[in-house]
Amino acid sequence: MKTPLFGRIALYLAATVVVLLSVYPFLYAVTTSFKSGGALFEPTLWPSSWSLDNYISLFTLAEQPFGRHIFNSIMVSVLVVVISLFIGVTAAYALGRIQFKGRGLLLTTVLSVSMFPQVAVLAGMFELIRFLGIYNKALGLVLPYMIFTLPFTVWVLTTFMKQLPKELEEAAIMDGCSPWRIIKDVFMPLLWPALVSTGLLAFIAAWNEFLFALTFVLDNNERTVPVSISLISGASKYDIPWGNIMAASVLVTLPLIALVLIFQKKIVSGLTAGAVKG
Amino acid sequence: MNNKTRTAWLFLAPMLIVLLLVALWPLGRTIWFSFTDANINNLDAAKFIGFENYFGEYGLFANPNYTDGFWSSDWGTAIVNTLKFSVVSVTIETLMGLGVAMLLNQEFKGRAWVRAAVLVPWAIPTIVSAKMWGWMLHDQFGVINQWLVDWGLLAEKLAWTADPDFALWTVVAVDVWKTTPFMALLILAALQTLPKDCYEAAKVDGVHPLRVFWKVTLPLIKPALMVAVIFRLLDALRVFDLIYVLTSNNNSTISMSGFVRREMVDNGYMGYGSAASTALFLIIGLCTVAYIKLGRMKMAED
Amino acid sequence: MKFKLKTIALAALAPLALASAQAATITISCGSVGQDFEFCKKTTAEWAAKTGNEVKLFTIPNSTTDILALFRQMFAAKSTDLDVINVDVVWPGVIKDHLIDLKPYSKGAEKSHFPAIVANNTVDGKLLAMPWFTDAGLLFYRKDLVEKYGAKAPTTWEELAATAKKIQDGERAAGNKDFQGFVFQAKAYEGLTCDAVEWIHSYKGGNIVNDKGEITINNPGAVKALKTAASWIGTIAPQGVLNYAEEEARGVFQNGNAAFMRNWPYAWSLGNGKDSKIAGKIGVSALPKGGADGQNAATLGGWQLAVSKYSKNPEAAASLVMYMTSPEVQKERAIKGSYNPTIASLYQDKDVLAANPFFGSLYNVFTSAVPRPATATGLKYPEVSAAFWNATSDVLSGKASAEDSLKKLEGKLKQIKRNAW
Repeated sequence: MKTPLFGRIALYLAATVVVLLSVYPFLYAVTTSFKSGGALFEPTLWPSSWSLDNYISLFTLAEQPFGRHIFNSIMVSVLVVVISLFIGVTAAYALGRIQFKGRGLLLTTVLSVSMFPQVAVLAGMFELIRFLGIYNKALGLVLPYMIFTLPFTVWVLTTFMKQLPKELEEAAIMDGCSPWRIIKDVFMPLLWPALVSTGLLAFIAAWNEFLFALTFVLDNNERTVPVSISLISGASKYDIPWGNIMAASVLVTLPLIALVLIFQKKIVSGLTAGAVKG
Repeated sequence: MNNKTRTAWLFLAPMLIVLLLVALWPLGRTIWFSFTDANINNLDAAKFIGFENYFGEYGLFANPNYTDGFWSSDWGTAIVNTLKFSVVSVTIETLMGLGVAMLLNQEFKGRAWVRAAVLVPWAIPTIVSAKMWGWMLHDQFGVINQWLVDWGLLAEKLAWTADPDFALWTVVAVDVWKTTPFMALLILAALQTLPKDCYEAAKVDGVHPLRVFWKVTLPLIKPALMVAVIFRLLDALRVFDLIYVLTSNNNSTISMSGFVRREMVDNGYMGYGSAASTALFLIIGLCTVAYIKLGRMKMAED
Repeated sequence: MKFKLKTIALAALAPLALASAQAATITISCGSVGQDFEFCKKTTAEWAAKTGNEVKLFTIPNSTTDILALFRQMFAAKSTDLDVINVDVVWPGVIKDHLIDLKPYSKGAEKSHFPAIVANNTVDGKLLAMPWFTDAGLLFYRKDLVEKYGAKAPTTWEELAATAKKIQDGERAAGNKDFQGFVFQAKAYEGLTCDAVEWIHSYKGGNIVNDKGEITINNPGAVKALKTAASWIGTIAPQGVLNYAEEEARGVFQNGNAAFMRNWPYAWSLGNGKDSKIAGKIGVSALPKGGADGQNAATLGGWQLAVSKYSKNPEAAASLVMYMTSPEVQKERAIKGSYNPTIASLYQDKDVLAANPFFGSLYNVFTSAVPRPATATGLKYPEVSAAFWNATSDVLSGKASAEDSLKKLEGKLKQIKRNAW
């Protein structure tokens, strides 16, 4: 199938524009992070001199333990993913493989939870966190984060569960397996791709979350990365150290971009399973 | 209850317990707070005051002290800002997402790279995006101002995120940059599930590509498109992070969520703020219902 | 003199040190980063060594609005994570229910501090915070440029506008396209309240809410003040000033791109530091009057230190507060960081004056600084300030006329006041 030359040129031009628009800002942030001092304020892409100052000061400033903040974020996000997937798989088994009254309604209700504006639960959540004594602790964020990771995890996993072949399940039941064993030994290996994609989406959501982290965790040692970046300050009470901020941003984003690019296909299938087929 | 149903509920129990704890209880509590005069200074001393936060003398709606009418009050402005932001943002994202998806649907060398590049804005955390764009749009040192002035498109550097005339649209632009990939991916997935034979047939018949698009492609991806749009719309109505970090949060850009947080946390009015957040919740619910009804009507027409 | 102070300090602390057989860990928030933080670290380490306790530093956000929100949330959660907090001059009325009375621990030390500030920190007869350093808005200008264009330091806003325009035009013609006449704080936050209170007061427009709690903001003086300020934007001040806080303004001024700047005294030592392009060229004066029959006005700023009611070690915490607000520590901060002391005698100390000459020449500015209406509006001050800065922001950005905006503000303040402050 031959397409006219003009068409192909237009195609490549469009592709180039799209790539530039998508990638340039981040590229700019990366190069800014390597500029220091007065060079920061030169609006050129390529730094006149490369320096690692911003990265070094990011980790050596005693008053801003950025390394600790990254650790907090990783801990919280991983826990959130593990717990969400566990609860998601169990719930998805029930919702996807067992016919019972009210199944459709329950699924819709769960999905509607993801429509709650975060601020709508802020006051109540604040009270709950205070009551449970997990205020101002990074791990205390794991609970509130469930409100947005659980609904779509359950939803997407249910969609995948529904598609698993019935014969496998029937064979396992004939062998006398308990539902738990069915999930563990029969379904999990097949669900593996779905788990990866929902896990990744949950990780990204937990990693990026800002409002709850801003409101519930303010102790300097317990902060997570998004709040940390927004609170990075410089030489005086009023200073805004763009170099440091860009360095922190780059550090925080590169792993995410790497993850997203490696698992592209899985993420897309996760997103679309929920939206297209659901 | 038979055995299967009992198993089902057993397996559902963890999810139900967690959701009850993190969603239903706090929502209920917030709604309860909205009927009290709770203040952050002393949460325990909250008193029940009925609908006063909503319709009372100093309430959100029907407030006789609103000299210039409801829509120019702080809450009214927040609603207008949020609606403006959501509608414009989602429209542009859908159109551009459609464009990018069509592009990615074509076969060409390096397609995988383009797809990877397109994912970059979406992978970047919102805070980082906000800081990054805040830096590029800086009125003194920003690279955008520098280019526009150098290329003669602007007389002098503009304060993109401060000037109330542009601030909201600047936020829209950044949001479009960040979320078009999401729309593009969803639409692309839908495009790729389309049966190829329709296109072959149309090509053989010599139908103009635009007509193919309008009459064949669009109707087929409509369901997926509708779902993507509603997801984005709901997200956009709840916007908080981007506006909070990118702008100075005065009235010209404050969103409904921003208003709630300001009243609840900065001003300490837990009761009043909770009323605003409940109102926000209801507004979102209303938009969802309206959208679904509209969607059903249109599909019924087709 | 120094020896005596040290002895007294040690003598005062000795019984406390003996009393606390077990070392306490005190968490203090006394600065975010950089200069503030370094001072904090050093001073608290000194106290820790003297008393055998431990000190942990708690970093806080930059914007004062965010800091207050943080403290109020922690108080609502009755958190024991913070013992000593830094308190802005406008907060005692807002967080009065969560601070302890320091009178039993101060042993009369507050008598040597400025009475106005002590009174500001005393609510219902309880001394809720010790004055730590004071602040007042000042006019910084480029001595060299003012001289170059044959002008002198302006005494009225009109003079400033004229001189700024002259210098700005001249410098831009000479090749510096980014040169601005006047930079200040016009972002919609507490800093704008500070600047606007100065303008309005200088035009004899009174304060937002007077001492009796009456809403007095809608008056001709205030209208004129806001109109004048709005006229600077786009002529002698860049449009971007609408997003400037203290640091943005200082950045432009210190890079040599502004003739005049309104800022707090901290900008002096930084402006004369080694990174500065304008070291040695800075002049400082009181902010101009509003017209020939106006008055000089500077907003009272400054910070205090207080102890949280939920602290597990109130005595140790109070002892830390007393140490940090002692004359010795204040003198060092004055010399090294231009932090204005709150102890009158330090303004005659020759070391302090050598480092900051304007402390002596502008002494009146500091003692007659205008307080914002925090005392009158109590718990509702944050909201009042927010309404005020939003109204001002509308006028500055051209969205509303001064008359309309102030009228709307009056209505809004009535709503906030409800029946009583």
